[in-house]
Amino acid sequence: MHLTLNGVPLDVDVTTLADLVGPLPTGQAAAVNLEVVPRADHDRVALADGDVVDVVTAVAGG
Amino acid sequence: MSDLVIAGTRLASRLLLGTGGLPRPDLLGPVLDAARPGLVTVSVRRTSSTAAGGILSVLQEHGVPVLPNTAGCLSAREAVLTAELAREALGTSWVKLEVVGDETTLMPDVVELVEAAEELVARGFTVLPYTTDDPVVARRLADAGCAAVMPLGSPIGSGLGVLNPYAIEAVVAAVDVPVVLDAGVGTASDAALALELGCDAVLAATAVTRAADPERMAHALRLAVAAGTAARDAGRIPRRATARASSPTEGRVTWSPGSSC
Repeated sequence: MHLTLNGVPLDVDVTTLADLVGPLPTGQAAAVNLEVVPRADHDRVALADGDVVDVVTAVAGG
Repeated sequence: MSDLVIAGTRLASRLLLGTGGLPRPDLLGPVLDAARPGLVTVSVRRTSSTAAGGILSVLQEHGVPVLPNTAGCLSAREAVLTAELAREALGTSWVKLEVVGDETTLMPDVVELVEAAEELVARGFTVLPYTTDDPVVARRLADAGCAAVMPLGSPIGSGLGVLNPYAIEAVVAAVDVPVVLDAGVGTASDAALALELGCDAVLAATAVTRAADPERMAHALRLAVAAGTAARDAGRIPRRATARASSPTEGRVTWSPGSSC
């Protein structure tokens, strides 16, 4: 399956968002195709070819 | 003066602190100790970015509430997505809403800003928008349901202080929500002036993080916010164009040429 993770294209064999990003540490969040996916749904959201996934965390700023 | 309350939440200080720009991450703890801020802003970035992570544990150790921002967003759509990511990642529905329209001046795009504010309020966020020093825009944001408004004193990171104190006073008069002077603070006197003008709080980032000694500047800003608040409550004298003696004229010793003494 061809995906884009944090702007980087990659080919991986995964089924769900949880397969791709694993258990996220506290303070991180994930979005698929620019829609935030609640942590509790990571293992229920199936990824499809061409999906764009972003994982974010808090950094110093502002 | 009573404590600062935003959206029903009592904050521990009228000094809010940004964290971007510190030369070393280990300075954050001492800066927080010196500033004792009521809120601390953070940004949300991809985990693969070069920006340093690990800030949350330091903030938690110091018991400081986190205010995620939407810094860098150029449209309402981007800002709403960033706010949603921040809410999911950090477990807070508070957001410092920033939508800039110009990468040189970093001036807010007020059209996108009001649109984003309305959308985020509808989604249940507590919205604190970074805005211009325009009282009409401030009123639009307050009418949209924002919990505070955050007018700029001067451009982000400029250190030029409050360039238009009359506009800031007009913003204070225009809205019933707290006014937080945001952007432009360069040193302690800028922060004190903002409080004297009627602002309810000051947000400083670069003034502290890029000072030669961030810890000492954090301390100075804490004192300045306290001094400005006290001065405003005390009620300053009206400005006069002419002198007004403070010593009594009655009973003064006079001398004129030709007198016996």
